[in-house]
Amino acid sequence: MSKNITETEKLDNTTLGFWLYLMTDIMIFASLFAVYMVLVNATAGGPSASELYDANFALLQTVILLTSSFTCGISALMLRHGKKIASMWLLAITAILGGAFLALEITEFTKLVAEGHSWQASGFLSAFFTLVGTHGLHITVGLVWAVSLLVYMYKTKQNADMLRKVGLFALFWHFLDIVWIFLFTIVYLFGVAS
Amino acid sequence: MELLSQLLGRMSLEYLPTEPATIGAAVGMPLGAIGVAVALTYFKKWRWLWNNWLTSLDAKKIGIMYIVVALLMLVRGLFDAMMLRLQTAVAVGDTQGPFDVDTFQQVFTAHGTIMIFFVAMGLMFGLINVVMPLMIGARDMAFPWLNSVSFWLFVAGMILNNVALIFGGFSPGGWLGYPPLTGLEYNPGPGVDYWIWSLQIAGLGSLFSGINFIVTILKKRARGMTMMKMPIFPWSVLVTSVLIALAFPILTVTLALLSLDRLMGMHFFTSDMGGNPMMYINLIWAWGHPEVYILVLPAFGIFSEVVPTFARKALFGYKTMVAALVAIMFFSFIVWQHHFFTMGAGANVNAFFGIMTMVIAIPTGVKIFNWLFTMYKGKIRFDAPMIWFLAFVVTFTLGGVTGVMMAVPALDFQVHNSLFLVAHFHNTIIGGVVFGFLAGITYWFPKLFGFRLIDKLGRWSAYLWQIGFILAFMPLYILGLMGAVRRLDHYADPTWQPFFIVSGIGVLVIMAGTFMLISQIALSVWKRKELVDTTGDPWNGRTLEWSVPSPAPHYNFASTVEVTKRDDWWYAKQAKKQLSPPPPSAYKDIWLPKNSASGLLIGIGTGLFGFAAIWHMWWLLVVALVFIVAVIIRRTYNTDDEYMISAEELMKEDAAVYKRRHV
Ligand SMILES: [Cu+2]
Repeated sequence: MSKNITETEKLDNTTLGFWLYLMTDIMIFASLFAVYMVLVNATAGGPSASELYDANFALLQTVILLTSSFTCGISALMLRHGKKIASMWLLAITAILGGAFLALEITEFTKLVAEGHSWQASGFLSAFFTLVGTHGLHITVGLVWAVSLLVYMYKTKQNADMLRKVGLFALFWHFLDIVWIFLFTIVYLFGVAS
Repeated sequence: MELLSQLLGRMSLEYLPTEPATIGAAVGMPLGAIGVAVALTYFKKWRWLWNNWLTSLDAKKIGIMYIVVALLMLVRGLFDAMMLRLQTAVAVGDTQGPFDVDTFQQVFTAHGTIMIFFVAMGLMFGLINVVMPLMIGARDMAFPWLNSVSFWLFVAGMILNNVALIFGGFSPGGWLGYPPLTGLEYNPGPGVDYWIWSLQIAGLGSLFSGINFIVTILKKRARGMTMMKMPIFPWSVLVTSVLIALAFPILTVTLALLSLDRLMGMHFFTSDMGGNPMMYINLIWAWGHPEVYILVLPAFGIFSEVVPTFARKALFGYKTMVAALVAIMFFSFIVWQHHFFTMGAGANVNAFFGIMTMVIAIPTGVKIFNWLFTMYKGKIRFDAPMIWFLAFVVTFTLGGVTGVMMAVPALDFQVHNSLFLVAHFHNTIIGGVVFGFLAGITYWFPKLFGFRLIDKLGRWSAYLWQIGFILAFMPLYILGLMGAVRRLDHYADPTWQPFFIVSGIGVLVIMAGTFMLISQIALSVWKRKELVDTTGDPWNGRTLEWSVPSPAPHYNFASTVEVTKRDDWWYAKQAKKQLSPPPPSAYKDIWLPKNSASGLLIGIGTGLFGFAAIWHMWWLLVVALVFIVAVIIRRTYNTDDEYMISAEELMKEDAAVYKRRHV
């Protein structure tokens, strides 16, 4: 068996392994969604979802994150076509958009806390901060990942391993996008509508 | 002063142990560690330990390390059990037991946590690592490095669990830590945090292992080994791994939420401000019930290998075995509510979960009958693994029967949280899981070390465990029916005392069985020259691991493995194929993973992270986190992580193996 054959096998294995990891992450978010839905009315006399959320703000976050998902996809595509520099630019844009999303989320959190609606105020707010915050934490991990990928791409000549690494990042980023769609719908849209 | 409290978090001298028993352990454990370190230095073995073990990515080595840690923890867990039974043998009426209430609670929490997470899980991961790749004809796990990370996370969790004994005390909240008792209001100290972080870190390791095992089984099987030609043990590992991948994230979330309640004053499980403790009970059992199947299915897998080998017959009902495994996987997710029939669900909900619980006994029964039919008309040899199997059939079946009894909600209302329940789950976990894994260790020991274990001592160990088990737990069934609840540190009714004393004697007999097991290993090492296994196939086995020499070479298989049917090795032997080496074209250059210390470093970083969270040392938390991230990033930059063994080398080594077969 030559090293090349092990390389392709490894690529296959890593992709499958990463999909399985994403499945476990889905279980984490599913548990948190379930907890949120159990506690959504446990406001302990404080304000409820419809009084706290700003759907327009969340919509802005949605647009930013969807755009970043798009640039991320194109970045992986560019690398496949051998255009490393273009791929790196698009990856950088993805990271910047991700950073903007995170900044908006932190703004929302600070505003809520400043108004006296912190995670200590009620079971409902605990669940809200934890569910949305866990997604934010994933975005943060994604940003660290993206930056370390950019350093790696800058220092290394293009190779099969690079394609694999960027591909896995893209998978992760799209996954976070999908989770956000659920968050946007179940937390913000249903919250405002209730 | 200000700076000191920043540095040390909430540490203070009041957390040093005050009880004689804990002081003994707190002094003994570090002394033991120092003793080992001195011995390593004296015999100049550090380099050997580092290169051959600590940094190894060889699944077999990692598996052996898991088993060593788990056996050490078994001894610790048994000492805890002895303390519990000592207390209940004495503490009746006006007599007080040797331990105060708080210590007693910490001991039963530690006993349960250690036995499940660090003994049962440890033995399971150990055995899987040791033989699963060999059985499917693979050179290694799909992700050898991740495998080492999993192991070191397991060790980090184990160490945190034991550090609690030395400094700070452990959780008094029981092995599943129900809030609000384990919440900030009733348990502000570090004990519950030790419990949380010890499980959280070990649980993360389990999750990674689960993913690793699934990919290994799906992707790295030998050519020709279709799923339905795969031995049952890998099948059971696959099903268990799917359960791990689905259930352990729920544990991660549950522990994280409890931790947020405690660290950030949130209200998930508090009894005020909208918190919902009942939600915790649901979440923890949504993980907890699958967990018992996660433990027992690999034990079933082991018996499915042991019984055909020692009955010298193919496994009866292979397909129904697989079907039963898959059925159990499915049903194990829809029975969790049977752990709290009494806690307020309506009659209809209880009925549904009661019936589902009875249904899950069917596939389990199918497996028992399949093993018995495998033995029917076989030429059975009664070596130690088979004695463990017979002990298992009796003990586990009894546990299954009492389980079905408790699946009836009306009956469960009578025995809920009584010693009847305690007897039931020890019946299934000792009889199923522990007996299974001890059979597995005896069975595969020669493959790992190149010599057998002394069989007689193994049989004696099995007898002692079996007798000890009966003495220790049959009285608990009776006590449970008499109204004794679990976790009782003192009771008024003197008629209970004889039963508790018998139970205590039972624990001593189990202790003797464990001593027999350890002396079996020690004496066999002593007499390894006489017990040497030259053939690589000491039991006349059926599956691929017996086709390689003992101890198995680090690359597992010298030539490319190809399989045509189930139990391929057995049929190859019938055709005398094992005597002539494969053609030179079957040998190819292979690539194996180089050693790596980063798994160990991640383990250290994670352990420090947990320790920092327990003691609120925020600076250390940040340092540990940055350290972990740095190690991971550095590892992903590393492309030079494999080395090659050439085809000529492999052919030469293999030729020697075939030559020995002719002698
Ligand atoms: Cu259960």
